[in-house]
Amino acid sequence: MRRAATILRLAALGLLLAFLLVPQRFAPLFAPLTAGGAPAIYDQGNLWTLALSHLATVLAACVGSIVIAVALGILVTRPGGQEFLPLSRAVVNFGQTFPPVAVLALAVPLVGFGEKPTLIALFLYGLLPIFENTVVGLGTCPATVLEAASGMGMNARQKLVSVELPLAMPLILEGVRISLVINIGTATLGSTVAAKGLGEVIIAGLLSSNMAFVLQGGLATGLMAVLLYDGVAALERRLCRTARID
Amino acid sequence: MIVIESLTKRYESMTAVDDVSMVVERNSITVVVGTSGSGKSTLLRMINRLIEPTSGRVLIDGRDTESEAGHVLRRRIGYVIQGHGLFPHRTVAENIGTVPRLLGWEESRIRTRTAQLLGALQLDPGQYSEKYPHQLSGGQQQRVGVARALAAEPAVLLMDEPFGALDPIIREKAQDDLLDIQRKFGTTIVLVTHDIDEAFRLGDRVAVMSAGRLIQYDRPEVLVTRPADALVARMTGSAERAMRLLSLTTAGEAALPFSACEAAADGVVVPTSASLREVLSELLWRGSECATVLDADGTPCGRLTVASIMARGRPS
Repeated sequence: MRRAATILRLAALGLLLAFLLVPQRFAPLFAPLTAGGAPAIYDQGNLWTLALSHLATVLAACVGSIVIAVALGILVTRPGGQEFLPLSRAVVNFGQTFPPVAVLALAVPLVGFGEKPTLIALFLYGLLPIFENTVVGLGTCPATVLEAASGMGMNARQKLVSVELPLAMPLILEGVRISLVINIGTATLGSTVAAKGLGEVIIAGLLSSNMAFVLQGGLATGLMAVLLYDGVAALERRLCRTARID
Repeated sequence: MIVIESLTKRYESMTAVDDVSMVVERNSITVVVGTSGSGKSTLLRMINRLIEPTSGRVLIDGRDTESEAGHVLRRRIGYVIQGHGLFPHRTVAENIGTVPRLLGWEESRIRTRTAQLLGALQLDPGQYSEKYPHQLSGGQQQRVGVARALAAEPAVLLMDEPFGALDPIIREKAQDDLLDIQRKFGTTIVLVTHDIDEAFRLGDRVAVMSAGRLIQYDRPEVLVTRPADALVARMTGSAERAMRLLSLTTAGEAALPFSACEAAADGVVVPTSASLREVLSELLWRGSECATVLDADGTPCGRLTVASIMARGRPS
């Protein structure tokens, strides 16, 4: 069972890499979707570099989301910070419910076209799952364990770093995973404001009515999301094996 | 030695601990017993300042506990709670090494100490060091909790219902282990429980608390023979107070010369550690008048008669 899963994972990764590095080999597969002699494979840019910048944008935004969401989560679970919980929750909820397209539209006049508005939209969009999971993870540390930590003579910082965060880590990572996957998909919107990414392929396909472009952009994005989801899940499982809460 | 002076904890609507003063002798076990809400846990937590008192003070070996930061103080005081509170993401060895690491001990010293403690608590270091708490039984978890509390060689050990989560048979074993540990390390122990039998079994001195006040604080036999009020009398069980008194004396302490009685060849033999209550029960069961006391080597060292045991069941 586990071997089958590993083989499937490697196969998916191999497929994605092959498609991004030598896309022309896949031309026969996509040709039936084209009409009037249009190209079957996206030819206005290098798929490999587009995928890399797509990934880089998502990861950069995710790092920002992690830093802010985890910091906020820590703040609102401290004795003095609980009163900030409703406010923080409202802010991250707003980030999630405000449509990324609207964020892009609002951000362009402020920061110009390119990667920046996309980063802002993804950063806001990714906050909520990480924040909520951090709050739950830190809030559900067993009371006896926390009392023991205080009783041993740990100060507040030592308790946070060596007990609370490790115990909350599986949940925090789950939040990161959800956030990453949502944003791999959402990042395709960035191409509407000239950010480099796989969205470019989809938009080019939509503009020239080339279904082959739309499909290959979508498939590459989807595969990337699945692989990332899987990778972070594996990391979570490794942590859970040791940080088992009885 | 722990000196508690007029310790009081007031919350907005209630007084949890009301002007409690007591002295806990070095190298002894003091048990604080009371119903839930009697303030016993609050009293215990004010000793290591997990709860800050409203007024009064605590001196440990002459030093005011307020003279250093709370978390620094707590590194010098062992603390065991019900349900052990082991860190689930750390191995047994890492759990035990917690306080020594906070104190900056060298790794080799921590390893030696961890192995020593595991051995003292009958857990094979080779087998258990690298296990995680969830891989242990309840009794083993409890022992690791005690080992962790003793790791940095604290002079004082505070225990809050440490055996509450154990089933009766394991609990009895854990209580015996604690007595052994106390003898071995000479730790001053303050233990909180709601179980009066546990208090009598473990305590050199027993403090009875009710509604935040210290009702009586004395040797267990005094609690039985001269209860301060009706509550203490009820707690110590007036119907079986003679038996309770007998349970506080061991056969070794009460043994008489061999001339006290004639023992049959297959007569009753008891170890010096048996309580008089157990000896009397055995004599009743066997229909005998005379028991022979054996020391740790199995050599006879004295006799006990029913009459001599009965004499010990009366207040002197």
